[in-house]
Amino acid sequence: MSDIADRVKKIVVEHLSVEEDKVTENASFIDDLGADSLDTVELVMAFEEEFGIEIPDDAAETIQTFGDAVKFIKEAS
Amino acid sequence: MRRVVVTGLGLVTPLACGVEESWSRLLAGKSGAGTITKFDTTGFATTYACEVPRGDGTDGTFNPDDWMEPKEQRKVDEFILYGMAAAQQAVEDAGWMPEAHEDRIRTGVMIGSGIGGLNSIAETSITLNERGPRRVSPFFVPGALINLVSGQVSIRYGFKGPNHAVVTACSTGAHAIGDAARLIMLDDADVMIAGGAESPIGAIGVAGFNACKALSTKRGHEPEKASRPWDADSDGFVMGEGAGIVVLEEYEHAKARGARIYAEILGYGLSGDAHHITAPPPDHEGAERAMRAALKRAGLEPSAVDYVNAHGTSTMADTIELGAVERLMGDHAENLLMSSTKSATGHLLGAAGAIEAIFAILALRDQVAPPTINLDTPAAETRINLCANTKVEGEINVVQSNSFGFGGTNACLIMGKV
Repeated sequence: MSDIADRVKKIVVEHLSVEEDKVTENASFIDDLGADSLDTVELVMAFEEEFGIEIPDDAAETIQTFGDAVKFIKEAS
Repeated sequence: MRRVVVTGLGLVTPLACGVEESWSRLLAGKSGAGTITKFDTTGFATTYACEVPRGDGTDGTFNPDDWMEPKEQRKVDEFILYGMAAAQQAVEDAGWMPEAHEDRIRTGVMIGSGIGGLNSIAETSITLNERGPRRVSPFFVPGALINLVSGQVSIRYGFKGPNHAVVTACSTGAHAIGDAARLIMLDDADVMIAGGAESPIGAIGVAGFNACKALSTKRGHEPEKASRPWDADSDGFVMGEGAGIVVLEEYEHAKARGARIYAEILGYGLSGDAHHITAPPPDHEGAERAMRAALKRAGLEPSAVDYVNAHGTSTMADTIELGAVERLMGDHAENLLMSSTKSATGHLLGAAGAIEAIFAILALRDQVAPPTINLDTPAAETRINLCANTKVEGEINVVQSNSFGFGGTNACLIMGKV
């Protein structure tokens, strides 16, 4: 797994208090990992912080799964 | 009018986390004061406060993880955390965690706070200023709003009745219990979770209360002696934090389910001073009217009151309150027990009235008035027994708790045995 994926996973595990093995490629933050809409806003803020990028609101809405997040961040950084 | 009784108690105080843990330390004359650990007090006039003792949850320490998941703790200000802990204790003590919809819609919550998420607001304002609006947490607003203790408690237990929060500065806790009792009396609910929560200890809170010359400043070398109601050497209140929450229940409802009944809410009185934003008038007739209103509602003469838990903050207002109580009590003053438990806990602002109502209830249960510690040189002569430095045992059938707040707001609760 790439360095970016590891760092994203660490953030998701910490913020949502979920087991690491639940954070799979297609795991949806809301449907599978117990997040609510405010949690996803905070997650996006944490990604921005960690990777020093800006994720615009319309892009943030497309980040629904762990895989989405890794893909977006890889392209953005 | 329907009768209202108290069937559950919960406390997080600077003495301890837990009702019995706080009460036993209070009776033993312990102080919750110490040097402030929550922030660097360099440059502050006040360097001490009554902080809730943190630890692993044993021996009366407060362990946040016992009361809220770490993930949830990050999303709320500390006053909500304290409120959740005290609410859980009270609900479990009452044994009232109904599953049925009909029960849940008849159970409400009214937990207030004087200032709410003050530290969250201060910290977020720094974040906003230094790092811009995109770094403000989505949990900032719901983590700082005063009514979010009531909201969080209702969500945890599924209580779908009236959901409300009182904000009347230092009389918040008493008003919350009184107003919640009225909702039950008026048949808007059968059970109410009521009280107050506060977490004002932080740079901004201490600086603010220092600026209005309200806090004790001169006992950095012996903080445990700083809160000294009615003592000639008092120099201001000592800030405290925590929460006090009770379960109030309609009498027949409590009886039918075999609940343990601590006390009945007999009377509740309210008044305003219309005088000054922070100071009571020299005679504090507003306090006297609140007390008379509570007695009238209870259908009792002043002579029926055995113990008064005074507002007594360790300020110039203490002797003014004493004068108002003396006028009310007349010759009964010489039979009366009165103490200020703020001498031990400090002033919990919006939670004060609730923790003190609970202490008054425990005085009723155990037939003992808790002490006013640090009362070494009385500032005024009185016939009232102020329980100086030691608890006083006696026959206690009716108790009263006074709470007064900035803005000139007064509340008085009268409770008795069923």
